[in-house]
Amino acid sequence: MPASTGPADTAPVSTGQPVALEGILEEDVLVRVEHVTKHFPVRAGGLIRRTVGQVQAVDDVSLVIPRGKTLGLVGETGSGKSTLARCVAGLVPVTSGRVIFDGRDVTNLSRRAMRPVRRDVQMIFQDPYSSLNPRRRVGAIIGDPFAIHRTATGGERKRRIQELMERVGLNPEHYNRFPAEFSGGQRQRIGVARALALRPKLIICDEPVSALDVSIQAQVLNLLADLQQDYGLTYLFIAHDLEVVRHVSDSVAVMYLGRIGELGPRDDVYDTPRHPYTAALLSAAPAADPDTAAARQRIILTGDVPSPIDPPSGCRFHPRCPKARPLCSEQEPQLEPRLGDAPTHVAACHFPVEAGEDLAAAAPARSEVS
Amino acid sequence: MTLLEVRDLTVSFNTADGVVQAVRGVSFGVDAGRTLGIVGESGSGKTVLTQTLLGLTPGADISGSARFDERDLLQLTEEEMRHIRGERISVIFQDPLTSLHPLYKVGWQISELIRAHDKSVSKKDAAERAVELLSRVGIPRAERRVNDYPHQFSGGMRQRAMIAMALALSPQMIIADEPTTALDATVQAQILDLLLRLQRESGTALIMITHDLGVVADIADEVLVMYAGRAAEKAPKREVFYTPHHPYTKGLLESIPSSSAAGDRLRPIAGQPPSLINLPSGCKFHPRCGYVMDRCLSEEPDLRQVGESGFHNSACWLPAGAAGLSEEAEELREEAVHEERGEAAAEVAEAVAADVPGVAVVGIEGEGAAE
Ligand SMILES: Nc1ncnc2c1ncn2[C@@H]1O[C@H](COP(=O)(O)OP(=O)(O)OP(=O)(O)O)[C@@H](O)[C@H]1O
Ligand SMILES: Nc1ncnc2c1ncn2[C@@H]1O[C@H](COP(=O)(O)OP(=O)(O)O)[C@@H](O)[C@H]1O
Ligand code: SF4
Ligand code: SF4
Ligand SMILES: [Mg+2]
Ligand SMILES: [Mg+2]
Repeated sequence: MPASTGPADTAPVSTGQPVALEGILEEDVLVRVEHVTKHFPVRAGGLIRRTVGQVQAVDDVSLVIPRGKTLGLVGETGSGKSTLARCVAGLVPVTSGRVIFDGRDVTNLSRRAMRPVRRDVQMIFQDPYSSLNPRRRVGAIIGDPFAIHRTATGGERKRRIQELMERVGLNPEHYNRFPAEFSGGQRQRIGVARALALRPKLIICDEPVSALDVSIQAQVLNLLADLQQDYGLTYLFIAHDLEVVRHVSDSVAVMYLGRIGELGPRDDVYDTPRHPYTAALLSAAPAADPDTAAARQRIILTGDVPSPIDPPSGCRFHPRCPKARPLCSEQEPQLEPRLGDAPTHVAACHFPVEAGEDLAAAAPARSEVS
Repeated sequence: MTLLEVRDLTVSFNTADGVVQAVRGVSFGVDAGRTLGIVGESGSGKTVLTQTLLGLTPGADISGSARFDERDLLQLTEEEMRHIRGERISVIFQDPLTSLHPLYKVGWQISELIRAHDKSVSKKDAAERAVELLSRVGIPRAERRVNDYPHQFSGGMRQRAMIAMALALSPQMIIADEPTTALDATVQAQILDLLLRLQRESGTALIMITHDLGVVADIADEVLVMYAGRAAEKAPKREVFYTPHHPYTKGLLESIPSSSAAGDRLRPIAGQPPSLINLPSGCKFHPRCGYVMDRCLSEEPDLRQVGESGFHNSACWLPAGAAGLSEEAEELREEAVHEERGEAAAEVAEAVAADVPGVAVVGIEGEGAAE
């Protein structure tokens, strides 16, 4: 099904689209995603299932993640964050485009060829309850990567597992316990220990703290920061909590309906959002501060996220955008920096938001409510 | 005017593992037209507390009182409660799919609800009212969408439909239990905006249960912070956020990543919430508290007045004046700890400090020590 380049291609990497690369040397790039598209067929019918459409989960996404840095990925449910992450991890074949990891084209490698790469790329998932097999002991769970990759055996394996447990703040004596005997935060630590086992270069964190209460969330975020510093890890960090993403990220990508709406250094994106969707998202995020909350002009978007099976024409955000004009539904905007912005800060919008512009006023003031 | 006055509500469940003490002696009041935010970690008793008020915790051992409009909700018969529920008090749950029947059209469910409470309404009038309600909560083309089944609605639309049902009988009070937790930020903003506006229009009282302090900061007037089935702190919103007294409240606020300190270390709370079957002695927060003193290990503090406003209450042995995030407040707390922490509490404090790196514990040096 996928129409992409063949296996291991070590030719020099070409620079893709605008990928926010200013001042970063090629050898400092760990992950490069070039025009990656992932469509899932939608099937209908009884016995003979025919394809009636495509879910455009990820559509023409390009970005880079420098070594030792964190790229935060935000966006509403169904915007394609997890799918993009799975493409980067090689867990699903891409429909088109390329994924270059550590200077090597790893797009749609065979299982075998993917093996060494798998060691270098690990994932941590959202749900600390369902992502661990309840019938297996934590020692065995954390040791899985050793077993799969046949490194460390016997006493050596146990020693390394207990080291890992200690490193993530678990009591090594709890080696033989079952997941149910741990709290949510501790289970997330088990997931972190397992991800860390083979000393990966990249850890993809897919909503790693979303299921945790704030007090516990802070423990896990601190742990991830320490590990990054100690082992020079690179993170692709997915979350829907914008404050969490701001806290952990060096750069941020905002996804909407399978596309990147805005991408840039963290402070640029948060302080001067250019895409109206980014601005709306930022204004909607609840701030845990009554004065800030009271002073904030929330941009209330109308309607829901449209279906990724049949995304709107032109700019995919146009049916909900307070700034939409006729051009928006006709022509698709490209990711580009606004005049005067850093070249690394790009947005896909025909009419980027100006500093100080009052989008809340421009928004149709809940007109559908009579 | 106080619409609901809950006194000393205690709820426990007998389970195979032992008695779960879900709510222990909670008191609060809600006035007409006001919003009470109830915050706390999962398992702190928020849902049990409010479900009990509506007679939705069968099999529980319940004591205390809940006066609503001259009557004690806890003494009503099921029949009487059925009338209160929906007509006088309605509930919005986190997951609308649990409350919307999957096999019936959304509009039909709303009109049936109306007719179930008032037989004199004709089918046609009830159906018209359903359209009106759906459009009032911002469902576009409501006259067509009434004929959709719940699964044809998006998450945000289902939550709107739930709100429409909650409004159907013009209740005096709405209890919303994490109504936006499953929703995206922009949709959450729509729903909160909607709830607030509807409340303003109709003067309904609102109890908003959430674990998200951001939601509380946004829409609450008063805040009740729950910990292990009890009220840790109860105060007007600004006091909870700007001059917290209880170390748990303070810890929650300090755990949240904030823009001012992007990239800095966060200050987590040590440990994890206790088992409600096997609660710690004394103050239930003491195994996680950086200010733990000797009496905290044996005596459980009740809510008492702290701070300056007269409306600020906290269940903590620290001096009443030690409210806030200022240096003076911290000095007051440190002084108290200095005087009242003996050997027993010192041991607990060591354990708290050892639990997670970065936790602030007064009187203990090292990475985790407070400045
Ligand atoms: N295996 C699959 N088959 C068909 N469609 C899929 C599949 N996986 C994902 N999708 C669709 O692709 C789109 C993007 O999904 P994805 O899980 O990447 O979103 P997300 O941004 O991670 O959302 P969330 O915040 O809910 O985790 C959605 O419309 C989803 O339904
Ligand atoms: N029917 C029940 N039987 C036994 N325990 C229960 C029951 N309902 C709730 N609990 C327990 O009561 C405690 C408080 O639960 P809940 O009110 O749902 O917490 P919250 O809403 O604050 O997350 C939890 O420990 C929960 O497991
Ligand atoms: S291109 Fe048009 S519709 Fe799209 S975000 Fe920009 S202004 Fe809005
Ligand atoms: S100081 Fe004592 S009473 Fe106050 S929260 Fe800490 S342990 Fe509880
Ligand atoms: Mg996802
Ligand atoms: Mg609950």
